Amino acid sequence: MTTLPPAFADWFAAKGWTLHPHQLDMLARSGDPATLLIAPTGGGKTLAGFLPTLAELGPNPAPGLHTLYVSPLKALTADIRRNLGTPIEGAGLKIRVEDRTGDTSYTQRRRQRADPPHILLTTPESLALLLSYEDAPRIFAGLQRVIIDEIHALAESKRGDQLVLQIARLQSLNPNLRRIGLSATVENPPALARFLSPRTTILEADPGPDPDISMLETDAPPPWSGGGGRYAIPAILNEVTRHKTTLIFHNTRAQAELFFHDLWLQNAQDLPIGIHHGSLSREQRERVEQAMTAGALRAVVCTGSLDLGIDWGDVDLVIQVGAPKNVKRLVQRIGRANHRYNAPSKALLVPANRFEVVECQAALDAVHAHTLDGEPRGPGPRDVLCQHILATACAGPFNADDLYAEVTTAGPYAHLTRPEFDACLDFTATGGYALKAYDRWQRLRQTHGKWHLRDPRAAALIRQNLGTIIDIETLKVRFRGHGAPLGEVEESFAATLTPGDTFLIGGQIVRYEGLREMTVEVSKTPGRDPKVAVFNGTKFATSTLLADRILQIFQQDSWPDLPTHTAQWLSLQREVSRLPDPHSLLLESFPHDGREHLVVYGFAGRNAQQTLGLLVTKQMESQGLAPLGFVATDYATLIWGLDPVTDPAPLFNLDTLKDGLDTWLSGNAVMKRTFRNTAMIAGLIERSHQGRRKTGRQATFSSDILYDTLRRYDPDHLLLQITREEALRGLIDFSRIETMLARVGENIDLIRRRRVTPLAAPLFFEPGRIPVHGEARDRLATAQAQALMEAAGLA
Amino acid sequence: MRSTQFHNRPLPQTRRRGIKPQMHHALFFHGETLHLLPSGALYWPARETLAVSDLHLGKSERLARRGGTLLPPYETQATLEKLDRDLDHTAAETVICLGDSFDDLAAAEGIDEASRLWLTRLMAGRDWTWITGNHDPGPIDLGVTHRADLKLHPFTFRHIAKPEETAEISGHYHPKARLAGQSKPCFLADAQRLILPAYGIYTGGLRSHDAALTALLAKDALAILTGPRVLAIPMPR
Repeated sequence: MTTLPPAFADWFAAKGWTLHPHQLDMLARSGDPATLLIAPTGGGKTLAGFLPTLAELGPNPAPGLHTLYVSPLKALTADIRRNLGTPIEGAGLKIRVEDRTGDTSYTQRRRQRADPPHILLTTPESLALLLSYEDAPRIFAGLQRVIIDEIHALAESKRGDQLVLQIARLQSLNPNLRRIGLSATVENPPALARFLSPRTTILEADPGPDPDISMLETDAPPPWSGGGGRYAIPAILNEVTRHKTTLIFHNTRAQAELFFHDLWLQNAQDLPIGIHHGSLSREQRERVEQAMTAGALRAVVCTGSLDLGIDWGDVDLVIQVGAPKNVKRLVQRIGRANHRYNAPSKALLVPANRFEVVECQAALDAVHAHTLDGEPRGPGPRDVLCQHILATACAGPFNADDLYAEVTTAGPYAHLTRPEFDACLDFTATGGYALKAYDRWQRLRQTHGKWHLRDPRAAALIRQNLGTIIDIETLKVRFRGHGAPLGEVEESFAATLTPGDTFLIGGQIVRYEGLREMTVEVSKTPGRDPKVAVFNGTKFATSTLLADRILQIFQQDSWPDLPTHTAQWLSLQREVSRLPDPHSLLLESFPHDGREHLVVYGFAGRNAQQTLGLLVTKQMESQGLAPLGFVATDYATLIWGLDPVTDPAPLFNLDTLKDGLDTWLSGNAVMKRTFRNTAMIAGLIERSHQGRRKTGRQATFSSDILYDTLRRYDPDHLLLQITREEALRGLIDFSRIETMLARVGENIDLIRRRRVTPLAAPLFFEPGRIPVHGEARDRLATAQAQALMEAAGLA
Repeated sequence: MRSTQFHNRPLPQTRRRGIKPQMHHALFFHGETLHLLPSGALYWPARETLAVSDLHLGKSERLARRGGTLLPPYETQATLEKLDRDLDHTAAETVICLGDSFDDLAAAEGIDEASRLWLTRLMAGRDWTWITGNHDPGPIDLGVTHRADLKLHPFTFRHIAKPEETAEISGHYHPKARLAGQSKPCFLADAQRLILPAYGIYTGGLRSHDAALTALLAKDALAILTGPRVLAIPMPR
């Protein structure tokens, strides 16, 4: 077994600490090619990952890069640098640890290239850049280890796909490279192990005690619909007073804002409570983080921006407002409470509405049963591969056979075929168009069997566009006249505002005054209801696991675990109609308010239910059933129209739905947005860099134009293939409609009632109703143009 | 969808007089009626004249040549199809291209054979004027009239508007404006000048709010948005 440097062991012992069994195991396995460590939060996971490095480097290591540490968050690398620095300095080891992220200064980065530290802490994006330099083989010569922290988070996105391609590259440079993956919450350890390396062994630490988790009891029952959980504010404030520090998680930024605003209105004791989410300015976030580390805050209202591993002081309670939608995320958030090994975390769930009571119960059951959800990811996305090929060419000439062999050693690309690889290579070299227009101006060219950049100067442009994170274009928000930024909103959101509109940001209601030099100018407006707060909110769809568990709960004879109000509601539904079950698709039809209604209880998640709404209303339109609109939730789609549906089977025919999907997809905004991301990652269009964006004249034109052009002239183009695959998996989520239809088979049951059923009732309060229209937008524009002309006295 | 075998497409046998009923906007400008077409072209029925601006043909080739990205090389074809359609609809006898017709002079020379033939065919039998722009300042080898501006009573056609000019029709700025949440290329018009939107497929735009445009156009200027319905609004500024 590899041993720790005596100085380190002594220092550790002097502190009165002992290593956990899984930390010792990591040392024992230091020769293994790849190890995935799964350990609970607070279990000394990161130290476990670095122990083999410390043992190998010893007290007086030779210069050169030994270990590369990659984490998904910049903030995490800084945190680790401090945490690792303490024992290294304490034990007097001569080990240099540095981080390298987008925030690292230019001189520091240059010095790191010339003289790399022993341990380099970085992110996938910074690593991509480092690997694209021509001196990459020299920088990484002698690299022994790579540690990937929070690997489960990276594995869920294209950042992870990019990272494993880079590690494959590093392995080619250093055949003896050993890999360590660190993770707290994993639903499928073997899949994550394959992602890390085909030769991974899994090490599972003692998971520690079960969390202490329950549903928050409130005096008032939750409302019938809506989100935000504002009804529970008194009970939540009560919990905050009874704990040291509470994190109050929300699923979207907009909900966090609304909640925070109302929380302060009811905060009679003036408890110090802050807000933290990704739309706030960095200054504001840092202020909250510092206050929190200093123990000055009693609670923080937050979103996913606090999901991952950084220690923010002594949190002893986590409150999740709104159904968690996904058990894995819930477990992760629970883990934020009590960062001590072998102490249970304490968490409370606050359902935002009556239906979410059932979902929260399903989530509690899942946590207690130790089941986690996670939709398996498809094969490695090819836009990321295109970028990787371009980045590889920046570093120097390459041989296609070798690169193909290397790429297929990366887990997500293990099944990539040679023709698929060649298509990506062709795209990067010539654009891959059916019309072979770029013989003279190829981007990559082959000379003596090796591919290289035609024009080496192109490398600078390619490097600028590396990375797979697509920033949504945002605008800063400031008070008119005086400076401090309040936060950011999406550009598309800003475009919908007209002067006088009010919205919430940073917990206050502001009035939109105008746009000035790419900054949204606002003024204070006390005490009015905000018109809108819909910036950047991620709409999570309920996971399949949770949806299945909800259907299971519906099958119970009675519901002793549920609050009485919810149990009574379900009983009433069973009496009046029926509860949905896993083996059929329940439809309800009833008249209400002069319109015919159809409810489709698909339980396929919000995105899929929305797609289903679009496709089914299309079918209804062609059958002359005159649909007027629909609204979708995670569980059901409610459609209204002029005529009742009597023969539902044809509406849910998979082939017809697919045909409808093809037509609908072509002009769809989701497709265009997906295409934009794919085109940016694959290197067809450049990212607009924040700050360098020009005002007024756009040097570039909309990617929608490229999308339309390709669809028309080159419909089989690689990027359109990728776009389609991605859209179907992502926002459109057609695969869950397919799964749902496969699950129910022929059993599509329509129940006709004379009035609204109990289960359907909340759907009527659901926001986000989507009208079915043909000419509506045109008519709207015509009317608006007319009004503007009249107002100007020109009509 | 139109055939992509564009160079084999036969010439229309008979030309229809006047324009087919479509949603154009009629603008009265210095005693003349001008039709602002959904495509961004301008048709002057009295003179059977079609004017278009900023075609930027060969843009993808130019970007590729300069080591940039390899955009789908179809914009010349797409732009010519659009032009063909407008010529077909209007049966214009005279055509004025208001400059920046080619993305640069090398793009004009490097235009592929099929597009060159197609363009030649469109030009055949028409009085065709290429006005020079900032992108294509020199003569283009297409054997036609080629000049800095063109006077066709009562109008002056040129690439970049001159503030002191009257009854002027120009291009260059690629103006666009937003209505009902959608931003679209637009015509800008006041009593003295009319600025055409960019006609080419791969062209960005300049918002009418931009100082360059608010300085040029009078307070009562209109923005006439292109698209399936051509709609006029007070110029957003």
